[in-house]
Amino acid sequence: MSAPTTDAPSTDVSAGSPPGRGRILIAVAASVALLLAAGAYIVLARRGDPAPVATAPVTLEPGPRLLFVSARHLAVSDRADPDGARSLAGLECVRTYAAAGTGVCIHPVNAWTYQLMVLDAKLGTTKEFTVPGLPNRARVSASGRMVAWTTFVGGDSYNSGGFSTRTGIYDTRSGTLVGSLEEFAVTLEGRPHRAQDVNFWGVTFAADDNRFYATMSSGGHRYLIQGDFAARTVRTLASNVECPSLSPDGTRIAFKQAIDDQPTNGWRLSRLDLDTMRVTNLAETRSVDDQAAWLDDRTVAYTLRAADGTPSIWTVAADGTGEPSLLVADAESPAAL
Amino acid sequence: MYLSTVKSGTATSAPPTDGRKGLRGRFAAVSANVFALGAVSLVTDVSSEMVTAVLPLYLVLGLQLSPLAYGAIDGVYTGATALLRLVGGYVADRMHRRKLVAGLGYGMSALAKLGLLAAGRSAGAIGLVIAADRAGKGLRTAPRDALITLSTPPHALGRAFGVHRTMDSIGAFLGPLVALGVLAAAAQSYDAVFVTSFCVAAIGVLLLALFVRDHRGTLPARPGATPVRLRDAATLLADAPVRRLVLAACLLGLATIGDGFLYLMLQRREEVSTVWFPLLAAGTSLGYLLVATPMGILADRIGRLPVLLGGYTALAVTYLLVFGPFGGWPLLVLTLGLYGVFYAATDGVLMALAGPVLPERLRTTGIALIQTGQALAYLVSSVLFGLAWTLWGAQAASRVAAAAVVVAIGVTVLLLRTRPTQPAVPTQPAEPTR
Repeated sequence: MSAPTTDAPSTDVSAGSPPGRGRILIAVAASVALLLAAGAYIVLARRGDPAPVATAPVTLEPGPRLLFVSARHLAVSDRADPDGARSLAGLECVRTYAAAGTGVCIHPVNAWTYQLMVLDAKLGTTKEFTVPGLPNRARVSASGRMVAWTTFVGGDSYNSGGFSTRTGIYDTRSGTLVGSLEEFAVTLEGRPHRAQDVNFWGVTFAADDNRFYATMSSGGHRYLIQGDFAARTVRTLASNVECPSLSPDGTRIAFKQAIDDQPTNGWRLSRLDLDTMRVTNLAETRSVDDQAAWLDDRTVAYTLRAADGTPSIWTVAADGTGEPSLLVADAESPAAL
Repeated sequence: MYLSTVKSGTATSAPPTDGRKGLRGRFAAVSANVFALGAVSLVTDVSSEMVTAVLPLYLVLGLQLSPLAYGAIDGVYTGATALLRLVGGYVADRMHRRKLVAGLGYGMSALAKLGLLAAGRSAGAIGLVIAADRAGKGLRTAPRDALITLSTPPHALGRAFGVHRTMDSIGAFLGPLVALGVLAAAAQSYDAVFVTSFCVAAIGVLLLALFVRDHRGTLPARPGATPVRLRDAATLLADAPVRRLVLAACLLGLATIGDGFLYLMLQRREEVSTVWFPLLAAGTSLGYLLVATPMGILADRIGRLPVLLGGYTALAVTYLLVFGPFGGWPLLVLTLGLYGVFYAATDGVLMALAGPVLPERLRTTGIALIQTGQALAYLVSSVLFGLAWTLWGAQAASRVAAAAVVVAIGVTVLLLRTRPTQPAVPTQPAEPTR
């Protein structure tokens, strides 16, 4: 509405004159310029990020090689010289794992949608389905039969609260698909437990392809659980054990341990001996936010990120001695083939 | 509905269509200034919702922040605005510069988009940038709403806010779509989303600078006019109608549990895939933008309080429907539609209700006070609802929430029922007579 002259805004470009063709011109010209600038940036961004091309055929056949994700694509290198020549597959994955010729790849369809792909040794897709949320963990049992994954689910809480997780398991032999472990009956410290806030993440399988270990959180605490896939039950074994990874001989679990039980303090890479339930810190002192992978019975590999976010794969001895060493630069999500 | 602009002899800014003589002297349903503010909000909301839609993806996938770090950043997000909003409102009133303070807020949020680029992958820096963005939002909201009330005759406030909120939610609706388009066009580059978002926000600031007219208060020319003092701001609450309004706003805020919870319950009930989650918010936005203007007009006709309370009734029904008799698509459409109606009938209407009650010189401070009170109450209610959910389960908690809304409606009636004061409030010459 109009206003008295005393109300004339000092900020007006042409106070006192009607609408001002000048102002409209300025607005149109500047808007066009700004939108062109944005358009130019979009074009540049597209050019600056060429999809890596496949350099050599990649297979998941067992062998002394290392599987990982590099530049968001599946890659394989020689175990003897892991940071040397790498073969890059055309398949885009944000997480991968493989064992005994079965692979898993969490494949981005678009920024919002991820596809879980179960792969054969030649990277052929044997099963695929959409997983909800943002990919976090992926595992295959040593025999290649069982596949597990974890995603962060939180579209509901874009502006409030934290993420919750969704963990599923797929049995490649029977075709059984459990979309969420939250369907399983929970025994917490010996008592049946039902709560809305139960979350699971980071599955690792035992040799019988039925038992598995994972993390469960409820009531602000995080537990190591042992699950029985056929019986659809889980029970807690220990607390403050996250992202377990069972050693090839099945006796030890590598995991990340929240420092002072506070994830905000970061995580210490540690080892749990299942027969004594004793915990040993490994030599890596930097915070490891990953599910470690055993390269053999003596060595675990894990991803660390530089301040600028670049990932790299490191290894450390599983017995707590020695010191960490860089295995592959510019890579993440390791698995020994 | 007749939307029009009016041209006055003095300084006027208006969209290009303005300036034709035929409009002179005709009743302007919605002033050019409200349209200009609406355009600014539309453009700005496209920009900010673009970022809101991709931020979780960017933080967790692009930067591989753990959910915990994300949660910490999120906390900053919500906590950053409350106090600054009050300070901004007071400063705007004291300096008689509502446009300047709003402009600072818009500018701050625009720069924050570039800040996201500069912050790189440092969680701390990202937290600061997001805080700056939210602070900008806190700064601009009250002066903007005050400008709307000062640019509109009291009897047409509902319509003015309705039109503004419609334009605003069109922006909110478009934002995620634009972000999706940019991501697709730029080979999933989040940077491109931020740069585009900045450019769009800059256009918003530009529109504000060029086309929005400030209201520097009624008595700026009188020498010796007393400036607004802190004590004056404090006396706002001594005024019974203002106090009752703030109280009612807080109470109604306390009965509102928050979008996240509602969408989460819908997801649990209907197993909505997370992929479709952003669509729940879009459904609400759609309902909001479709009925915001009609609700505003209705509020001017039958009274703002009945429409406001009708909106909260829609909210109570929404809470009951979540675990109500039917499910599937009808459930989603009906709950989201009603939820949109709730927003449409309450958000702008409350401001329209507040405008005439607040003295003009303290308009911005008063609006900031109401909005802050409501926001803080809303924060408390979210915590309480989370607790109720854990203790009693979602179904019982949602029913308790519905009951709380009913109680809040009842108390609000008692608080605000006093005789209809509206139209010709003599102390209220927001509009010059013509």
